[in-house]
Amino acid sequence: MNAHLEILSIAVVVAIACALPGTFLVLRKRALISDAISHAVLPGIVLGFFMTGNINSPLLMLGAVAAGLFTAWLTELLAKTRLVKEDAAIGLVFPVLFSIGVLLVSRHAGNIHLDTDAVLLGELAFAPFDRMMIQGTDLGPRSLWSMSAILLLNSVVILLLYKELKLSTFDSGLAQAQGFKPHRLHYALMTLVSLTVVGAFDSVGSILVVALMVAPPAAAFLLTKRLAPMIFIGALIGAISAIIGYGVAVLGDVSIAGSMAGACGFSFLVVLLFAPQRGLVAQQVMRRTQTLHLGVRMLVVHLSHHGSGTNQMDENECRKDHLTQHIAWTASFANKVAESAIKQGFIMPHHQVLKLTPKGILVAQEAMTQ
Amino acid sequence: MEHNFEPVIQVNDLTVSYHEKPVLWDVDLAVPPAVLMAIVGPNGAGKTTLLKAMMGLIPATAGEVSLFGKPRKEAMRRIGYVPQRTAVDWDFPTTSLDVVLMGSYGRLGWIKRPGKSEKIAAMSALEKVGMTDFAHRQISQLSGGQQQRVFLARALLQDSDVYMMDEPFQGVDATTERAIIALLKELREAGKTVVCVHHDLQTVPEYFDWVTLLNVRRIASGPVSSTFVPENLKKTFGGRISFLKENEEGVA
Repeated sequence: MNAHLEILSIAVVVAIACALPGTFLVLRKRALISDAISHAVLPGIVLGFFMTGNINSPLLMLGAVAAGLFTAWLTELLAKTRLVKEDAAIGLVFPVLFSIGVLLVSRHAGNIHLDTDAVLLGELAFAPFDRMMIQGTDLGPRSLWSMSAILLLNSVVILLLYKELKLSTFDSGLAQAQGFKPHRLHYALMTLVSLTVVGAFDSVGSILVVALMVAPPAAAFLLTKRLAPMIFIGALIGAISAIIGYGVAVLGDVSIAGSMAGACGFSFLVVLLFAPQRGLVAQQVMRRTQTLHLGVRMLVVHLSHHGSGTNQMDENECRKDHLTQHIAWTASFANKVAESAIKQGFIMPHHQVLKLTPKGILVAQEAMTQ
Repeated sequence: MEHNFEPVIQVNDLTVSYHEKPVLWDVDLAVPPAVLMAIVGPNGAGKTTLLKAMMGLIPATAGEVSLFGKPRKEAMRRIGYVPQRTAVDWDFPTTSLDVVLMGSYGRLGWIKRPGKSEKIAAMSALEKVGMTDFAHRQISQLSGGQQQRVFLARALLQDSDVYMMDEPFQGVDATTERAIIALLKELREAGKTVVCVHHDLQTVPEYFDWVTLLNVRRIASGPVSSTFVPENLKKTFGGRISFLKENEEGVA
């Protein structure tokens, strides 16, 4: 495998691994906790490093996961006092933990890989240099192995506990009443988030981790009405964003993590605008159609009230310019409504007067009896 | 407490407090089998708290709850729960059928997924509440009344002996209200006990046959005919009750 392909594989695996727990975070309205955990794991990593002196020790992972769970727990504790709201609690807890991490790094670990830039942005470009070697055999980049393991773990846990996670996310009261432990499930999810964040942290940094956990599932939410497809689509959007981001980074010679995070944001924006039903454009079109539909019905009802199409027709009320004067429609909207009504065969223009067709009279009666 | 029936739900000295402030104060209750019981009281009386504490969803400071003569923990599976409709996010990406299926999760236990028989049961539960046509509808597209009926169908799937419902009539249309009451009566015929937090005093005598009047303390509990009387209502609601006068003859 060449370096490009290796970096790309790592990026795609990270993206998918993030989207899985990210889906549940978004649905639980806990997206911000990923931001908190991705920052707060730093002191855990640093302390783990001090204890082992080895940046690749699994103890670092353990320390980081512990720090992540500690963040979730501290946030919950603070919110439980009811003196601060949950979002404020998150905002209070993680900067403190992160700053402890930053202080520890700057005081003691200045000369090693642990610097604050790497923490925020990661160094995906260097990932291929750190190889997984077993008895002299090169098995590929270490982070590809560690992230694949995390992806596998996330998949297995979510597959096994799909029903439980779904229920406790949708209705934790019922989950509790049925004997599932929503609180424990919450911490299981937080463990997955922490593990994923720590694994991804080294290669892509904490900013991209947050982008990958939040943006793809949030976009997927707009594209589907079911949970399982939401997870798949989220993973797919994450992977595509990673590929696009890497392409941009290579072509533009810019930060890989930065352009991937940007691609995530861009993917979300595209979905937000163009999602088939819930997208902004689709909604705008639907609103217009509804307004026009209502306008046409108002027109035929108005005309029928004034005897249009019958012998007692009040010609003054049935003139097109009357619509702009008395119904206060703009000229262009009145024209559009009239055109649409003519096209559908509800009215017939006769000089300046609008006459209801028999079909139009029926439509008016229907509209009024609804 | 004196009663001449074997209570399905027995609550002794139940106290719940938030930060030293009791929201439920030493509540005793005995609910007989096959009744529809309303829990009635002013805002902040602790109605929902009582319901949740009876199920162990919130911790009690003191007291105990037994079901069918056993400690609650051993009988949890026999309780069906219908939370307040507004307690969940109806934008959640799922369908009516899927929400109803959640009623089977408790029986299935961990890991096991609902299969064909659960789906058949869920469809027939949806049919019972007149929601067959909406089975595959995304839940955000349902009206308030339809949402409540989906919740009830889900409760049916729990196939419990006792149902705890939090304001099932809150904000529903007339059709749904009739559907719910018909269903509750059917459950009672089948020997089930239903406990509802209820806010509409006017409909208590019509819908329920058992009532608990609550205002932090238990004011009274018993058959509607002998318990839902002006004297008790005054004790429960204080001076804040205006409809009492016009209803005095009707209820007493």
